[in-house]
Amino acid sequence: MSTMSRSSSLRPARVILYLLLALFCIYYLLPLYVMVVNSLKPLSEITSGGMMSLPKQWTIAPWESAWSTAQVGVEATGLKPYFLNSIIMVVPAVALSTLVGALNGYVLTKWTFRGATILFGLLLFGCFIPFQMVLIPMARMLGLMGLAGTVPGLIFVHFVYGIGFSTLYFRNYYAAFPTELVRAAQIDGAGFFRIFWRILLPSSGPIAVVCVIWQFTNIWNDFLFGASFSDFDSQPMTVALNNLVQSSTGVKEYNVHFAGAIMAALPTLLVYIVAGRYFVRGLMAGSVKG
Amino acid sequence: MGFLDIKQATKSYGSLRVLHETDISIEEGEFLVLVGPSGCGKSTLLNMIAGLEDITSGEIAIKGKSMNGVKPADRNIAMVFQSYALYPNMTVSGNISFGMEMHGIAKPEREKRIGQVADLLQISHLLDRKPGQLSGGQRQRVAMGRALVREPDVFLFDEPLSNLDAKLRVDMRTEIKKLHQKLGTTIVYVTHDQIEALTLSTRIAVMFGGYVQQLGTPKEIYDNPANMFVAGFMGSPSMNLFPAKVVSADSKPAAEVTLADGKKAAIPFASDALSSSIGRDIILGIRPEAITDRDGADRNSRAVHLVEAPVEVTEPAGSDTFVVSQIGGKDVTGRFRADVAVKAGDVFPFAFNMEKAVAFDPKTENRIA
Repeated sequence: MSTMSRSSSLRPARVILYLLLALFCIYYLLPLYVMVVNSLKPLSEITSGGMMSLPKQWTIAPWESAWSTAQVGVEATGLKPYFLNSIIMVVPAVALSTLVGALNGYVLTKWTFRGATILFGLLLFGCFIPFQMVLIPMARMLGLMGLAGTVPGLIFVHFVYGIGFSTLYFRNYYAAFPTELVRAAQIDGAGFFRIFWRILLPSSGPIAVVCVIWQFTNIWNDFLFGASFSDFDSQPMTVALNNLVQSSTGVKEYNVHFAGAIMAALPTLLVYIVAGRYFVRGLMAGSVKG
Repeated sequence: MGFLDIKQATKSYGSLRVLHETDISIEEGEFLVLVGPSGCGKSTLLNMIAGLEDITSGEIAIKGKSMNGVKPADRNIAMVFQSYALYPNMTVSGNISFGMEMHGIAKPEREKRIGQVADLLQISHLLDRKPGQLSGGQRQRVAMGRALVREPDVFLFDEPLSNLDAKLRVDMRTEIKKLHQKLGTTIVYVTHDQIEALTLSTRIAVMFGGYVQQLGTPKEIYDNPANMFVAGFMGSPSMNLFPAKVVSADSKPAAEVTLADGKKAAIPFASDALSSSIGRDIILGIRPEAITDRDGADRNSRAVHLVEAPVEVTEPAGSDTFVVSQIGGKDVTGRFRADVAVKAGDVFPFAFNMEKAVAFDPKTENRIA
């Protein structure tokens, strides 16, 4: 009886709560709605003032145009080549920085040495240096390495910049990882890298996902490094999107711009949807008494 | 030279010395227990044998071969950890076979040995499970299986039972003892539990403050403690230690003690060892089972003496009744038969079996007789 009366007295509060949540949902989804509907209608429908309404005439022409024929900078290639640039930049940069971060975290927690704390402090310092400060030294470095204006150059920049954060993540995760497991593996005859590959890494799922999402989002969305260190043929998606929108020949094709913007945002969205559910999985259950 | 030799081994962290010169020689098939309170250096010593900690000075040798600077994997040892340290990402059989895999043993041989060990420890039905799906006792067995399968020269156990609940701990203790009797392996076992030490070991090293206080068989440690620390640490309830004075009674040495009611009583010693120490202050040590009611006293002892003392508290414990009286300002516990009619406030005859009494120097705390 008491639970009945409790739940019924709570009902109006519940209703208000859900209404509020729905309102917030609509509020946050509104920009996406505008982008999607406007990317699927002819330009004339937008310019005649129907930004919020559904398309009267559905079309995927803006998407095709944004992907393969739109004017980006001086060439009419669409966003396709730049999308590919971004992919071949992001994947190795994320993989490398995550792997090196994991290795750093492993060394800093399980094979500590004199000065390890200071080294970690310096790495952390690297996280908080503003991007703008490293632009000129980095440009000089890339020039000396012969990587200026290339995709490998961008990979290098993002890889180096990512190490700070990925090390922070993995160090803190491995600090809670039982050292007895490492000792047991040592006695079992596994060496430095064997322990890393066979014991540590397979148990690093949750933190690896966090790290990958973080790195992927940052590197994919980066504009400053992309604009500073790339050439016409090595520009990432973000820079190309800017060029698409800024191209001043003819009329502004808002529907094409919307389609391009969604394309630029899709990969990070996908990473969140696919990897997000591994976020909270406790893969460590049962390693020690628990 | 023994099977496992620890020679003058020490361990220091900077200027802090956590293990002082230690000499222990272990024969093949021995079950040595390192026992002591937290921070006594027992786990450090075990890790030094395992090669997980460097030796600051001295030497550790297995089968006559110096192990200084030898990697843990090359020492042919196996270790069972307090937290079990099972690899969470591998199945039980993966856990057991990992060490063999690292040592390059072929798969069919690995499978065979996993089968044997699983049978021995009755974990065959668990082989495909992950450690997270096992209970504490099962994890304990898997951890032992992982050690056994390696067929090492020396087994090292680091407080393997302290994460189990009380009943399981007693069961697993028996299991470990059975395994040792069956396999005859050489074991070094660290615990802070003196009961485990007494029940499991063939020899015990009692450690405190980075020193081995006493090394001996369980009986030696129990009956003839080398100092007051060992006397107080080993045995439950622990040995009664109370001040007394050596006096002469009928030209034989006796211990004069002050009872709670202010009366003094002289209890003659069983031997003449203290006859040259008349007038000396000592600490007398007698185990609770050597202080009984009159009829409960050991009939084979020729030195049972009765002392009428006021009873302060009685603690019935089912099989026995523990009776406490104040002697020399200390609580002294006697172990009476359960059905003795004794209650608090009575003056009751306590039977002291002086054959089991030991004497310590109050200042150095070392044994004098």
